[in-house]
Parts: sequence; structure tokens; C-alpha cells
Amino acid sequence: MKIRSSVFASLCLIFEIFGIALFLRGFFPVPVKSSFSSKSKLSDLPAEPLTGNSPNSSKVPASLFRRVVIVVIDALREDFVFGPKGQQYMPYTRNLVERGSSLSFVAKARPPTVTMPRIKALTTGSIPGFIDVVMNLNSPALLEDNIIWQAKAAGKRIIFYGDDTWVRLFPKHFMEYDGTTSFFVSDYTEVDNNVTRHLDSTLKRDDWDILILHYLGLDHIGHLSGPHSSLVGPKLLEMDHILKRIHASLISRETEGSLPNLLVLCGDHGMSETGSHGGSSEPEISTPMVLISPAFRRKAGMETPSTVEQVDLVPTLALGLGLPISQNSVGRLIQPVFQGTSLRDQLRFLHLNGFQLSCLLKDSMPAFEKEEGYEQFRVAEKSHGSWMKLYLEGNTSEVLSNMGRKVLKQYLEALQAMSAALSRQLGKYDMYSMVVGMVLVLQVLLLLLIAMPEALSNSAEVELPLASALLSLPFYLLCLLCCSVHVLVCTSAEASCYLCGLSWGLVLVATAFSCGLLCMLLSLANQKMSPGSRPAGKSSGDSCFSELDILLLIGTVGHVISLGSSSFIEEEHQTWYFLLNTLCLAVFQDVCRKYFRERRGTGDEGSYLPSKEGPPASLSPAGELSVGAGSEKWLALATPLLTLACCRVLRSLNQTGVQWAHLPDLGHWLNSQEHKAELSLLAAASLVLMFFLVQRRCSLVSKIALALGLLGVYSYRAAVGNVLFPWQPKEGRDLSKGTVEARFVYIFVLGILFTGAKDLLRSQVISADVRLKSRGLWEVYSGVVLLCALLLRPHNLPVLACCLLIQTVMAQFIWKELQYDAAQTTIMHYWFGQAFFYFQGNSNNIATVDISAGFVGLESYVEIPAVFLTAFSTYAGPLLWACHLVCYLTSEHHRSAASLGHGCYCFALLRSIPVVAYILLITALRYHLFIWSVFSPKLLYEAMHMLVTTIVCVFFTAMDQNHTSRS
Amino acid sequence: MRDLEIKGMVSAHAIIASSIFVATVMPLFFVDNFSIYGTHLTWLYSVSGSVSVVNITVFWLLGISPPTKKHTLSYKVSRAVRSCLYFILSCLLFHAVVVLYGAPLLESALETFSLAVLLSSLTTLRCLCVLGPSVQAWIRVFSREGAMSVWDTSLQITTACSVIGAWLGAFPIPLDWDRPWQVWPISCSLGATFGFLTGLVIAPAWIHWHPEVLGRSPG
Ligand SMILES: [Zn+2]
Ligand SMILES: [Zn+2]
Repeated sequence: MKIRSSVFASLCLIFEIFGIALFLRGFFPVPVKSSFSSKSKLSDLPAEPLTGNSPNSSKVPASLFRRVVIVVIDALREDFVFGPKGQQYMPYTRNLVERGSSLSFVAKARPPTVTMPRIKALTTGSIPGFIDVVMNLNSPALLEDNIIWQAKAAGKRIIFYGDDTWVRLFPKHFMEYDGTTSFFVSDYTEVDNNVTRHLDSTLKRDDWDILILHYLGLDHIGHLSGPHSSLVGPKLLEMDHILKRIHASLISRETEGSLPNLLVLCGDHGMSETGSHGGSSEPEISTPMVLISPAFRRKAGMETPSTVEQVDLVPTLALGLGLPISQNSVGRLIQPVFQGTSLRDQLRFLHLNGFQLSCLLKDSMPAFEKEEGYEQFRVAEKSHGSWMKLYLEGNTSEVLSNMGRKVLKQYLEALQAMSAALSRQLGKYDMYSMVVGMVLVLQVLLLLLIAMPEALSNSAEVELPLASALLSLPFYLLCLLCCSVHVLVCTSAEASCYLCGLSWGLVLVATAFSCGLLCMLLSLANQKMSPGSRPAGKSSGDSCFSELDILLLIGTVGHVISLGSSSFIEEEHQTWYFLLNTLCLAVFQDVCRKYFRERRGTGDEGSYLPSKEGPPASLSPAGELSVGAGSEKWLALATPLLTLACCRVLRSLNQTGVQWAHLPDLGHWLNSQEHKAELSLLAAASLVLMFFLVQRRCSLVSKIALALGLLGVYSYRAAVGNVLFPWQPKEGRDLSKGTVEARFVYIFVLGILFTGAKDLLRSQVISADVRLKSRGLWEVYSGVVLLCALLLRPHNLPVLACCLLIQTVMAQFIWKELQYDAAQTTIMHYWFGQAFFYFQGNSNNIATVDISAGFVGLESYVEIPAVFLTAFSTYAGPLLWACHLVCYLTSEHHRSAASLGHGCYCFALLRSIPVVAYILLITALRYHLFIWSVFSPKLLYEAMHMLVTTIVCVFFTAMDQNHTSRS
Repeated sequence: MRDLEIKGMVSAHAIIASSIFVATVMPLFFVDNFSIYGTHLTWLYSVSGSVSVVNITVFWLLGISPPTKKHTLSYKVSRAVRSCLYFILSCLLFHAVVVLYGAPLLESALETFSLAVLLSSLTTLRCLCVLGPSVQAWIRVFSREGAMSVWDTSLQITTACSVIGAWLGAFPIPLDWDRPWQVWPISCSLGATFGFLTGLVIAPAWIHWHPEVLGRSPG
């Protein structure tokens, strides 16, 4: 079967997507969960361990606190309370911490330090799987056993004010609630006022038991201007004041004889030095946890807070409120909280916590009996029983209390061991799915590589021996073998494999497919190996690589190798910037060689220059920058230098990565309040430049639409409050969501895309005109540019403008003039795309994804558009360069009809190599220390990039199809 | 003839290489607390100074420098001045390129410039010695198949090796190992020096094993 290389590349990419999806399914562990779908019940609680029989043995623990107020301050870092900032801005809280009856801890949040997984951890006590981050955008109701549900089931009345993630997670759980969206990161007063306005009336009332407040303002300030911003101080003061109000009210309503109240102050996660969160750096995972209640003894002075896990709050609160601990909690109770109770009660609480953990352990680990913690728990339970016996006999001697303390210690050790064992359990992988996915991806990559000579030949067609592979005996034997392996694996291992849960028909189809691929691969390899049967269209007879080729090769290979190091993943942008610079210098050298050798006029290089120059004017698209022949040389020389300068400016626009992320960058400078005028000017200039660069190749209608669209972009930014609008009252205008303006732009985007699609269709169906097709492509491209301009933050508009500028000059003076072939041009486009991905402020950390792009022009959260827009704006750089590649190669069609196919093939190969290498690497490094903080986010980025590339390649194929069906 | 030339080149290269070692060892006796990492800039200046002096002396003694048409003093002076100018220009050019590669613009400008000086003395200075201050000749030598003598080839190889060495030297910087040699610009200047030394070794060997290269000189 003969197929074109573009079709071949797209098919390969699509299959790779399946392989990657399977790998991801196996790689990201499903969080530890007990298999019971029910929730813990009070009646299920075990009796107090006792050797003999006793009447009051199955006593349900009594509640320790009457009312609980939980104040969650988003992104409250540990040093905001315990550090110098706390001393300065949170005087009341500090006073309570130092001298009040309170308990302070540093609670460690597990990565991913993103709000929703953290809320889940704070309520269920489980450690959410990494994949929960991806699901952070849409948070469906929490079905797992959790403390909110338990409290509601026990008849507690809960009131909630704050981040509406809670409302989505716990619908119908709250007696009263008011959720505020974290819609605009630039808003850090309104979100908090929406919470505080309910405070006075609520505190006066008596009809609630639990009050939860979640303040978002601090997090927004962090995202806006970092932890050292001047806005942090006032915000902390405000929070301190709120705590004072709550505490004063709780104290005033404290009555003699009734149970004490509890006030909990905690953060869901910390804040890195740049103000973002999501990773696992120390400032991101360290949050303060302050428990304030008259039940605790007064402090004499500041003590260094001890460290606990964030999830430890769940069993502590549950037992403190007399509720069962939720099933999946891996936390251990915070012992000092129960210090004031009798020894018997303390042991009882520890026993309950231990029992819950041991149940979870039994459920999630087949070999639980070998676990050290389980053993310890059994021993502790026994000695607890004998202690109880002595106690009930009325023994009150010193021996009893000593023994009791020993039991307590045993329990604490058992809890620690069991908790650690459960956390370890998180690192389990579904190796079967991973291996199958890996094999699939590897096969596709080998197929791509083996077909390289044919795919890059002049005909750009690949001969796939599909029929012979499918009809051969080895194929059936392989199928049989794979099926038996599948049966073997699924019957031997526990049913934790994803593949084993699939239906048989699906597995059979997949097996047949994979085996067919392998057979095809083998027969292709066999063809290549046997001499004499070389394909005729092999073009790379002269194996003379230029310096540029060597650089492109070394760069690609070197980048792949660098993925093995966590530092290079964190600082991947440096790799790309470095390679891009070297590329520009190599191009510069090529230009110099071309223009300066020309002057010497030696014979052997004569073929290098003239005659071919100047493509037929009729074919070159309208609107090339018109330049004289003399200045062309100097412009060509200046182009790489201009590119270098642009790249240098852009790299200081957004400081990304980890090591140097704290350094000040232009983006922060522009975003600060006092430089609004500069930002407005820069944004406006970029938009104008973009208009002039893009409009040259479009039809008149599109030109007008583009101009209006770009104007709409500016007015959208002005409406949201990012930039200034010249004729607009400075004061007294309220920020809107800018929905109208954004939708106005969307209309133009759709309009331009529609015009482009219409041209493309017409060129295919009716007139078969290359110019029409080229114009259609450019229109699609300008639609994409307009959408990018809308979604990117205003300080990133120069990135977009520079991108267009570099594309224009490089296309005209370098790629065309120096006659780089499709493969070289594609690799350069890919490199530029990668560098621009980082120029726009992305990194390999989940925290840098700009989620606000998903809300542009939407009144409320709508899942599908939000995900699409976020993905689009994140991959704007690579996408724009890929689009430009399609346009460029199409407009260059006259040179080689196969160039589009070559480009598509190279693009697919360039993406496949790092992905496959990375999948192999991450499998090998799956027990690496940084696997969850560094390698996994990168894997998600790679998978997402693969998806984007596949879409682009399918577009490529469609364009290629049009051409060949025409000619 | 060729063997003689290669022998001469080997001895010249040996002298230059040994001058680098001497420049690394000598300051131990004169400067307190001298170490390559600790007082990196001192080491850097010492190496670039000694390489410059030795290069100039060796090439002057060997008489490789391009024949001068006139032997008047004023012509020689103007050549020297032009050479100095070219050297300074090349320092600035290297500085600019290093900044484009991402070195900080203002802070640690001295370190960046020192690296530029080192690179210039490893590359440009040799070009000045062998080819003289003539752009035409430089472009010829650094074009493909532009070498006309063994010294041209040696120049190509050592220059390329120094630059590639500095280029490779930049790779360890992002690693989070916190080693003393990861401080800017130590790894780059060490890389450039090692690259230069490698070039000095490779050049005669390359010429020895590839005798056909010179037979293909254009024109
Ligand atoms: Zn948060
Ligand atoms: Zn946040």
C-alpha cells in the first residue's frame, strides 16, 4: 500500500497518541482508596480493646469541641505567620501563637500544591493522585468519604463562605454558603470582601456548628506580584483583623460548663518566591496550622512549631468532633490536641485512628500483614487491652500510668509506620499498561525512522507492506503469543491493571493491531537490509552535511539526552534558547558565506548563486516586503542579528524555570501598577506591528476584520483593567469582565477563519488556484494570530509581535534566499516554536499554565471552551510556528511539490523522538526523587504537545491532499 | 616539506600548550590564595596574557606572518595599530555574542568581558599573527575549503575547537550541583581553554592523516 508521507506521519502520530494515553493511564497511580464504596459509620467503630468483658466498652467517643471555625487562607506561607512578616503584619495571631492557648504547627502540603487537590486532602485526608491537577479545572462533587459528609451525617450544621471550589466539591452539604470565583486574578479585594461581609451576622447566630472560610486574596496577590509585594502586608493585616474578630466572638460566647470552641487557621498551600504554586519547593509546601482553643494550655513564649502533615488535620478534627475518621485518610492525629483529655481517652483516640489506618492498609495492600506498622499496631492493641483491664479493675498506681504512656508511644509509632506505608503505596505503577503503551510508541517511532529515506524522497510516498504483513504466518503466531501473554498477566497479577479490565474484543483488536505493526516493521526492515532492493527514489546519495545540518542533528539529539536530568528539565528553556542562538549564528555564517564568497567569484561555487534567484513573480504571494537587490544582501545579513536581538529581549521578558525564576524580569516590571502606561504603549505598539506584518497577505475583508479585531483586543484589555485606554476617565470606572469586548473579537476570529476556509475550499473544489489557496492559508493563520493576541497577557504581546517579525524576515531573506530544503526549514521552525513556548512564560511546571486565558469572554466556567482556550494559549508559540510552516511550505510549492509532505513528516519525527525517549526515560527513572515534582509535569506537557502536534499534522495532511488531488 | 612544516607546527603548539600550563602554575608563587576557581579572573588574565605573548613570539620567530609589502616603519606601526583595533573589536564582538547567549547584561559584565578577552586571545590573536589584519584573508580561511597552508588548517581547527569548547562549557551551568566551577564564567573559560588545547593536539594529527586536504585549495 502506497501512502503519502504526510498521511503516513499523521497516522503514526495518531497511533502514538493512543500509546501515550495508555502509558499515562498506567503511569499515574490511582490514589489509595479503600474498595468499600460506603462511608465510615459510627456503628462500625471498634470497641475499646479489652481482654475481658465490660459494659461500657463500645462507647462512642464524645465530642471535644462545641463549635469549629476553620479559616483557610489560600497560599498562606508558613513564614507569613511564624516568620518576620507575621510579627509585623499579624500581631494578634502572633500574640496567640506565642502566649495564647494555642497549638502551632508547620503543615506540609503534598505536591501538587494546587488548590483543589489541597482542599480534597484537607477534607478526605487522602493524598490525591497527581492526575487530580489536570482535573483541577473541572471539580465534580467529591464522592469519597470526607469529613464534611461525616459532619453533615452527624447532624452538624455547616456554613461555608469562600472559594466556590468547595461548593462544587460539596454540593448540598452546607446549610448556608456563598461561593466566590477566583475569576480574576487581578482582583484581590472583592473576593475577600465577599467572604467577610457575612462574618458579623454569622458570628452572632447560634445555629451552626462548623464555619469554614476560604480567603483567596493572598493567593491572587502572590500570582500578581509575588510574596514580597507591598500588597501582602495590608492583606495579612486584614486577615489578622478577621481572625481577631472571630476569636473575640468565640471567646465572648464561651459559656461555663459547655465544651470549648476551636478556631483553626491554615493555608491550603504555600507560595514560591515568584508567587506561584504547584510544585514541591519548600516555600510552596510549608503552610502554617494554628489551632486556637481554651482547651489548650497557655504558652509561655514562642516555640519553634513542629512539623505535621496537612492531612493530619482530618483525623484530628474528626475525633475532636466525635466523628468517624474518613476511610481513605492517611493522616495521623495530632497528639498535642488531645493532651488535655484523660489517658484512657487518648488511648482510645489513638486506637480509633490506628484501626482506621489498618483497615485502609488491609484494603490497599495484599501483603499488609508483613508491614511493620500493622504488626506494631497489633502489639499496641494488645497492650492497650491489658492496660484497660488493669484500669477497669481500679488500679491507680504509678505502674498503670507508666504502662499507659508506653502504650501511647507504641500507638504513635504504629501510626507513623502505617501512614508511611500508605504513602509509599502511592508510588505503585501499573507496569503492564505502561509497557504496552511504551511498546506501541516505540514501534511507531521505529516505523517512522525506517521509512525516512522513502518519506523524504522526491515522490514523498511510503510503501507500506500492509497486505503481506497481515497475511503472513508470523502475524498470526504473534497475535496468539500476545493473547496468551495477556491472559497470563491478567490471571497472575491482581486485577489492578487497566488493560485487564478492558473488554475482550477491544483487547483482541488492539493486539492484532500491535502485532500487525510489528510485522510491518520487520518486513520493512528486512527490505532495507537486503541489498539490491533499494528504493529508486533515494536522494541522499551525497552524504555531505553542512555545518547547519550537523548543528540541527546535534541539537535534536542533545536535547533528547538532556531530558534525563531533572535540572535540564527544569531549565529546558535554557537549552532551547542556547540552541536557537547557535542556530542563528550558523545561519549568519551561511549568509556570510553566500554573499561574501559571491564577490570572489571562484568557479566552484558558481552554482550557489544566480539564475535561480527570484521565483516567478506571479507565484510569489502578494505583499512581500519590496526591497532592492542591493539592500537585500544587507537585510539578509541583518536578519539573524535581528533575530538574536529579539530573542535576547524576549528571554528577559519572562523569567521561567526554577533556579533563576526569582530574578526580576521585564514582565513583572511591566505588570506593576506604576508602569501601566508603559505596558499600554508596548501592547498598542505590538498590536500595530502585528497588524502590519499579518495584513500583507490577506484579502481586504480580512484586513478590515483583523484591524477591528486587534482594536477589540486592546479594548478588552482596557476593560479588564490591564491597560489604559486613552479617552477614558481615569477614575470611577469599574472593572468589568470584558465579556462584550472579548466576544466581539471572537466574532472576528471566526469571521477570518471562515473566509480562509472558504478560500481553501474554493481553491480545492473550483479553481485549483495556488494563489487562492495560499491566501486562504494566510487568512487562517491571521485568525490564529488574532486569537493568540486576545488570549495572551498584555505583557506577552511583544512575544507575539516578535514571533511574526522573525517569521516574516526569516522567510523572506533566509529560508527562501538560502534555499534551505523542507526538512531544514521544518527543524528550524520546530526549534523556534519550542523557544517561543518558553518565551511566553511557560515552563515545565504546572504552576505556570495561565488558566485565566480559559475565562476570556466567558461569563462563568464552561468546561470545554475553557480547556480549549487554555491549551491554545499555552501552546500559542509552537502552534504559530507550525501554522507558519504550513503557509510557508505551501507558498514555496513551486520549488518542490513534495515539500509539504517532507515538512509534515519531519514535524512528526521531531515530536516523536523526544516523546518516546522521554517515556523510556521516565520508566527507568520512576523511583527518582523528583519523579512527581519534575518529571511527571513534563510528561503531561509532552503528551499535550503531542496532541497539539497531531492536530497540526492532520491539518498539514489536509493541505497536502488538496494539492495532490489537484495536480 | 610537509613533514618539516608539521614538525614545526608540533613544536610551536607544544610551546603554546606548555605556556598555558606555566600560566596556570606560575601565579601560585606570586599571588596569595591563587586557585583556578577562587581567583578565576587572575587565572584567566594570566592564561590569555601568556598565550598572547607566546603566540606572537612564536609566529614572529617562525616567520609565518604574511609577508609585508613595505618594510617602512610607518607601515609596520599602522599594521600593529590595526591589529590592536581588530583585537579590541573582536573582544567586543565576543562580549556581545555572549550577552546574546543570555549572560546578564549589566551585572557580572567584567566576568563576561574577561571571557571575551580569553576567547579573543585564543582565536583572533592567532588569526592576526598568521593572517595579519586582513578581512579578506580571514573570510577566505574560514570559508569551506579555504585553507591554503598547514597553518591555515591549524588556525581553523584551533579556533573551532576553542569556540566549541566554550559552547560546551555552558552546559553544566543550569545543573543544580552547586559546584564551584559552575559559577559564571568558569565553566566556559575552562571549556574554551580545554578546547584550545585539544585543537593544538588535533591540528597536526589531522594534517598528518589528511594530506589531500591542502591539495584542493580553490583558485
Ligand atoms: Zn490555593
Ligand atoms: Zn493560586
